[in-house]
Amino acid sequence: MRKLTAVFGLLLSFNVFAEYGLNMTEGVTSISRDIYGLHMMVFWVSVAIAIVVFGAMFYSMFTHRKSKGAVAANFHESTKAELIWTIVPMIILIGMAFPASKTLIDLEDTSKAQMTVKITGHQWKWQYDYPEEGISFISNLSQDSKDAVNGTDAERENADNYLLDVDNHLVLPVDTAIRFLITSNDVIHNWWVPDFGVKQDANPGFINDAWAKIEKIGTYRGQCAELCGKDHGFMPIVVDVVSKADYKKWVAKQQAAKAATLAKSSKTWSEDELITLGQKVYNTSCSSCHGVTGKGVPGAFPALKGSPIATGPIEEHMSIVLHGKAGTAMAAYKNMLNDADIAAVITFERTAFGNQMGDLVQPSDVKSAR
Amino acid sequence: MTTATTTSHDDHHHGPEKGLMRWVKTTNHKDIGSLYMWFAFIMLLVGGAFAMGIRAELLQPGLQLMEPQFFNQLTTMHGLIMVFGAIMPAFVGLGNWLIPMMVGAPDMALPRMNNWSFWILPFAGGILLSTFFMEGGAPAFGWTFYAPLSTTFAPDSTDFFIFAVHLLGFSSIMGAINIIATVLNMRAPEMKLMDMPLFVWTWLITSFLLIGAMPVLAGAVTMMLTDRNFGTAFFDATGGGDPVLFQHIFWFFGHPEVYIMILPAFGVISHIIPTFARKPLFGYSSMVYATAAIAFLSYIVWAHHMFLTGMPVAAELYFMYATMLISVPTGVKVFNWISTMWRGSMTFEAPMLWAISFVFLFTIGGFSGLMLGIAPADIQYHDTYFVVAHFHYVLVTGALWSIIAATFYWLPKWTGRMYNEGLAKVHFWWAVVSVNVLFFPQHFLGLAGMPRRIPDYSLQFADFNLISSIGGFAFGASFILLTYIVIDCIRNGKPTTARPWEGAKGLEWTLEPKAQYHSFNTPPSRKLIEAESQNS
Repeated sequence: MRKLTAVFGLLLSFNVFAEYGLNMTEGVTSISRDIYGLHMMVFWVSVAIAIVVFGAMFYSMFTHRKSKGAVAANFHESTKAELIWTIVPMIILIGMAFPASKTLIDLEDTSKAQMTVKITGHQWKWQYDYPEEGISFISNLSQDSKDAVNGTDAERENADNYLLDVDNHLVLPVDTAIRFLITSNDVIHNWWVPDFGVKQDANPGFINDAWAKIEKIGTYRGQCAELCGKDHGFMPIVVDVVSKADYKKWVAKQQAAKAATLAKSSKTWSEDELITLGQKVYNTSCSSCHGVTGKGVPGAFPALKGSPIATGPIEEHMSIVLHGKAGTAMAAYKNMLNDADIAAVITFERTAFGNQMGDLVQPSDVKSAR
Repeated sequence: MTTATTTSHDDHHHGPEKGLMRWVKTTNHKDIGSLYMWFAFIMLLVGGAFAMGIRAELLQPGLQLMEPQFFNQLTTMHGLIMVFGAIMPAFVGLGNWLIPMMVGAPDMALPRMNNWSFWILPFAGGILLSTFFMEGGAPAFGWTFYAPLSTTFAPDSTDFFIFAVHLLGFSSIMGAINIIATVLNMRAPEMKLMDMPLFVWTWLITSFLLIGAMPVLAGAVTMMLTDRNFGTAFFDATGGGDPVLFQHIFWFFGHPEVYIMILPAFGVISHIIPTFARKPLFGYSSMVYATAAIAFLSYIVWAHHMFLTGMPVAAELYFMYATMLISVPTGVKVFNWISTMWRGSMTFEAPMLWAISFVFLFTIGGFSGLMLGIAPADIQYHDTYFVVAHFHYVLVTGALWSIIAATFYWLPKWTGRMYNEGLAKVHFWWAVVSVNVLFFPQHFLGLAGMPRRIPDYSLQFADFNLISSIGGFAFGASFILLTYIVIDCIRNGKPTTARPWEGAKGLEWTLEPKAQYHSFNTPPSRKLIEAESQNS
């Protein structure tokens, strides 16, 4: 009986403890609120059925026991009872199916969208493209979280939103119906922000869609929700929802930054500049497979230290970074990194890990190799 | 078929061969049943050890014990070993031991094939486990091995995994054929189908699920094999394939598989509750029809595992409605069990404790299953710890619970000895408390947003993970006591009578206290069958 009370106590206190992360979030979109409503409806229906069914069971267990002198009856069939407990659940189910169908049809209808964001999953980071605004960037787990994974408890507590923070946030305007086009560049990922009620598989070679009209300014966090390999647990999502005016400012700033980057790739870079940028790019884009020290993971990801690519002809090195290697986990970076990034990271890979090739790759070389 | 199997031992009554070769060469259903049960138990401990590793890493935030890649290997192998190495072989073992005795047959219909289908298993399991020691490590793509993570992006050891799955499939299909042939051809001539005990009925229906589902799994891994090695592109979009196709094929196997692991459990519970309520099973025929209905529905709901893959809305609606329907026949079963208990004369020996806690905890898993079936709500539940909690409630406190219940219930018949009831009760309460400490908080973790299959988590999930891990260690330790109780029963248990449970019905209880090596060499009479029938 104590166990029963404890379990029921926990179940009934669901609402009370909602703020402490026991229950599903209500979220900030009409869809997420509908989902929450469905969740609570089915939950309370289940609780009601549980009280009746388990109530009968426990009553029977305490009353109809041999030690209390109970003598067994001999009934073993009742068509009437069987009909009742077939038909009543059917009616309850039909009652639940109506609101569930309505929500499902609503959330699958992306035709009302006022703007589009394309989301591409990569092992193990997200790429965001604003096709209409011409903005594109990659979003990686933030460095202090990465450092704290193998660090102390204190480091994890001091890290900003440990494992739920990224370097580049997705920025979206409030009160705008946004269509998300979701796809992947390698394996299946899943883009999930609980507060939006959006969770959709990112399938390589196919595009899925989802939509959200976010009603509240704020920062929202989510994670990849489909096992996508080694660092599946380390590719979070952070979305800043801002006012429409702030969003316009942000877009203008991004476009200006893009123009500046383009200008940079036409100049000739010094070795120091290339190595400094290259190390940064390597740590965010390459090190999760090839290792911070270039040793790779035996049997899974090749080492770069002394590798035939990193110590071979520059053209082949550039080609594999730009176009990837078919049939392996090596992705094509031509759409993820700009000319300067690629030039810098190749230079870094050929200089670091004791490779000491001493040759420089300029952004202009990359541009012509594309 | 009947003549072929009886000629080998109709002249003289002989016992088992001596020594190790007895177990290698045996064609006796009781020997093979024991082999299956011990194999399943060892695999349960191996899979459990992986689970302990998983819970140890999740005890607190940060990575303390292992690399993420090894964590993924553990979750993958934990799932594969538990499903294919522990739960399924344990049920085949129970079927081997019990079905011939329950239908009044001298042995299984195909005894040599029976030997073969068992002896494939240790090799398949060995191949699967050996991948841990290969370059690149064991498969790390989850027990559902979704492409392309399991094809283009998987280590070379994956080909050994594919071979192991093929072998396990052969074994299961042969086991299923054997059970169908035994039930339909070897049943006592006087026993009608509607005289059969429910464990036999549920296994007969499960066998048809196995024959339908396992070849589909074999197809899926074969397509993986050719994608990986022979240049096909079934699941590779760059070659015109579709990764979602893999999921359709996998779950067309995977959903019937869920019921392969639970229908025999329903059968076990339908034996234990009437025995200890001292009252006939309520609604025998509706139990049979409900089992058949669940089996049929299990083939047409597979895509409820795939609500987020981008299916058209009409398909999502269909799979949601079909999934909700399953709760009707499942509900019928629960209501029937409780009606069986109602106005009975109950005692609470260990098998009954396990059976009642099965009804309670499996139903909780059923409720979370109903919630998961609501397609829009599944958006928030999918691939979170809510799902982990759900399927552990139905597979641990469902399937595994029924196997433990069955072990205590029929152990006297298998050994002729009684287990230590006091210790068994201690073990029960230890396990049932710890398993809830282990899995109940995972509902909260999932609802609060913790994805499954992650080796590390943000700090807001720390408290419930700590509680869950502590429950996990306690639950894991309970199996040490279980091992002791079973071995103690075999070696030192008090000799028991032919029918140690007062209310037990069934042909197996008419045999000697320890069922003789060859039973029912002459089929039971109509009178005996009627007296022992659950359908009274």
